[in-house]
Amino acid sequence: MPKKEGTKLIRKVIHFFSQVKDRLLKGPPIYYVWVLFLLALIGIGVWAYGYQFKDGLAITGMTDQVSWGLYIGNFTFLVGVAAAAVLLIIPAYIYNFGPIRELAVLGEILAISALLMCLLFVTLDLGHPQRFWHILPFIGTPNFPSSLLIWDVLVLNGYLFISLAISTYLLVGIYLEKKAKKWIYMPVVLLSIPWAIGVHIVTAYLFNGLGARPFWNTAILAPRFLASAFSSGPALCIIIFQLIRKFTKFKVKDEALFKIAEIVCIAMGINLIFLGAEVFKELYTGGWHIAPLVYLFAGLHGYTGLVKWIWTAVIFNCLGFLLFLIPATKKNFVSFNLACILIVVGVWLEKGLGFVVPGFIPTPLGEIWEYWPTMPEVLISVGVWGAGLLFYTLALKIVIPIETGEMRVLGASSVQSI
Amino acid sequence: MKTEYGNAMSRRTFLKAGGIASASLALGGCGLGEKLLPGDFLKEFVQSHFKEMRPDEIKEVKQRLQKQYQKKYGREFILGTEPPFPDVLFAYGLDLSRCIGCRRCVYACVQENNQSRRPQIQWIRVLRFKKGTMNFEESEHYYEAGMVPKEGYYTMPIQCQNCENPPCVKVCPTKATWKEPDGIVVIDYNWCIGCRYCMAACPYWARRFNFAEPEIPTEELNTNLHYLGNRPRMRGVVEKCTFCVQRTRRGRYPACVEVCPVGARKFGNILDPASEISLVLENQRVFRLKEDLDTQPKFYYFFSI
Repeated sequence: MPKKEGTKLIRKVIHFFSQVKDRLLKGPPIYYVWVLFLLALIGIGVWAYGYQFKDGLAITGMTDQVSWGLYIGNFTFLVGVAAAAVLLIIPAYIYNFGPIRELAVLGEILAISALLMCLLFVTLDLGHPQRFWHILPFIGTPNFPSSLLIWDVLVLNGYLFISLAISTYLLVGIYLEKKAKKWIYMPVVLLSIPWAIGVHIVTAYLFNGLGARPFWNTAILAPRFLASAFSSGPALCIIIFQLIRKFTKFKVKDEALFKIAEIVCIAMGINLIFLGAEVFKELYTGGWHIAPLVYLFAGLHGYTGLVKWIWTAVIFNCLGFLLFLIPATKKNFVSFNLACILIVVGVWLEKGLGFVVPGFIPTPLGEIWEYWPTMPEVLISVGVWGAGLLFYTLALKIVIPIETGEMRVLGASSVQSI
Repeated sequence: MKTEYGNAMSRRTFLKAGGIASASLALGGCGLGEKLLPGDFLKEFVQSHFKEMRPDEIKEVKQRLQKQYQKKYGREFILGTEPPFPDVLFAYGLDLSRCIGCRRCVYACVQENNQSRRPQIQWIRVLRFKKGTMNFEESEHYYEAGMVPKEGYYTMPIQCQNCENPPCVKVCPTKATWKEPDGIVVIDYNWCIGCRYCMAACPYWARRFNFAEPEIPTEELNTNLHYLGNRPRMRGVVEKCTFCVQRTRRGRYPACVEVCPVGARKFGNILDPASEISLVLENQRVFRLKEDLDTQPKFYYFFSI
């Protein structure tokens, strides 16, 4: 490389980093408030983790009876959010639906943030996180293909890699003003679709394949996971995209939002049908295996810890579904956004504690031991959410100016002023 | 053919020495409540899976652990790694018509296997049923044992069933739990990452997790240890009944068999037609728990009377 070219490249790199620095450090007051708020959440989480570090998982509400709780519940929900990013990719790249196309990258960044939170949550749940290398090939002894946990580690990290690759390639292309080559990114985009679905199916199988736990041992579990993910994930996207539209120069067409809302509505409808199928088959058949379901929806032998929780979820999901279904409410932004919030919260309730905990109640020996997360456990989880949202916020601060054309490589033809 | 430990060539030793050792320094101390020398911490961190250790590695690990336990508890320990006897498959029989529900087995087990006293961990759970029922959900787990047996009730102790087809082994991501040739399902406590997937998979609720640092009064410790059995556990790992591997591989009965005041517990080698357990299987109508799951427990219940 000639010397002149070399210095030019260095200048470009320096320019890029100064752009990044400016983008991350400068913003309207609300940006500072938001980032400080997230940093505070992370700080609280780290402080609470200090107790877990010192005293172990005993500081959580988990016991031998209910040995997974809030961490794994959040993990399950967030895998769904990550998987749902694919729903923006299908219309954008396969059917070339223009309005969603620019949003697809934002969806992928959301998937990356969700995956990072997933990895944090499972790591926090381990008794010996420093022994993670035991699952690695060559130096450890991964129980592959027998253990679904190894499968999950593989598909989650693979998905993280694929999402990073696609979004980085497309964004670098825009930044450098070079046309992205379809033959390079299309195969990866196509691969990412079955992969995203696979991620969530494998996570369902993780619970699904246990004969000891009748609540999870049902063939409809993976389809239910997909349906609830494909409603809650895009619903979350709709909320986020409106915030982005409000606070940045990024244009999001109403048309795109309504298209995504259609997906949410259909997926939630299917989710509710699946739930009904599950409840009918269990309750009408009867037998000892219905105990967890009865515990969840009606309480068992006077223990009703999750009854209000799950009915809130069901009501939220049904309401959200109806608001998306009725023509008058699905085009009104107040009810439209309410529906999104109802569905995100509803699925989080249903698929977090509402899914993980009843699997353990009663125990395989019929003991009922109720679980409720402790304060440190809640604060640690809040900290993880704070970290994920901070990552997403900071990533968007770079990604959006690239997409809107405000941030370009040094010497580019179409640089706009900030 | 005698099964020996320590014959597997460790192909991982080289890789470990380099990358992991340096990574371990960065991670220093995390997750461990014990006071370890930094050098020992490093050695523990890079320690191999038990089945992949060479004989000299096993020797080194034994010495290190003995030293570590001695430092922690101020007593001398004998830590064994006896391999299984050849042509032995252990199985257990429990005579429900004799069991009185006194829970002596529970406490003998705690004592023998160095379970944590605070928080209290017990590997055996005794359920009390009304006569004529066997619905787990209607059983009492926390009955007062002051006066046993109680008229109209019978009791059923449940512990690890040491399944021939163990679901816990199937799901473990690191192969930290496995079935030995003599049929005992064991755990390498130094290899377990504490994910608790095995606890979700066990249909008999036989596995326990050390949520906190286990506490045992020094004078109550059992100092006769086996690497795969009753050696003191650390925080953050799963444990369970091993049919007292530290006893049964030295020709003794499990502690619960010895302590049972009514002789309800039977134990032995089902490959030996003259053993007590073989007599039980031949002469009693036995049943196993949750046969429909095809876990094939080596734990047989029967009513002799």
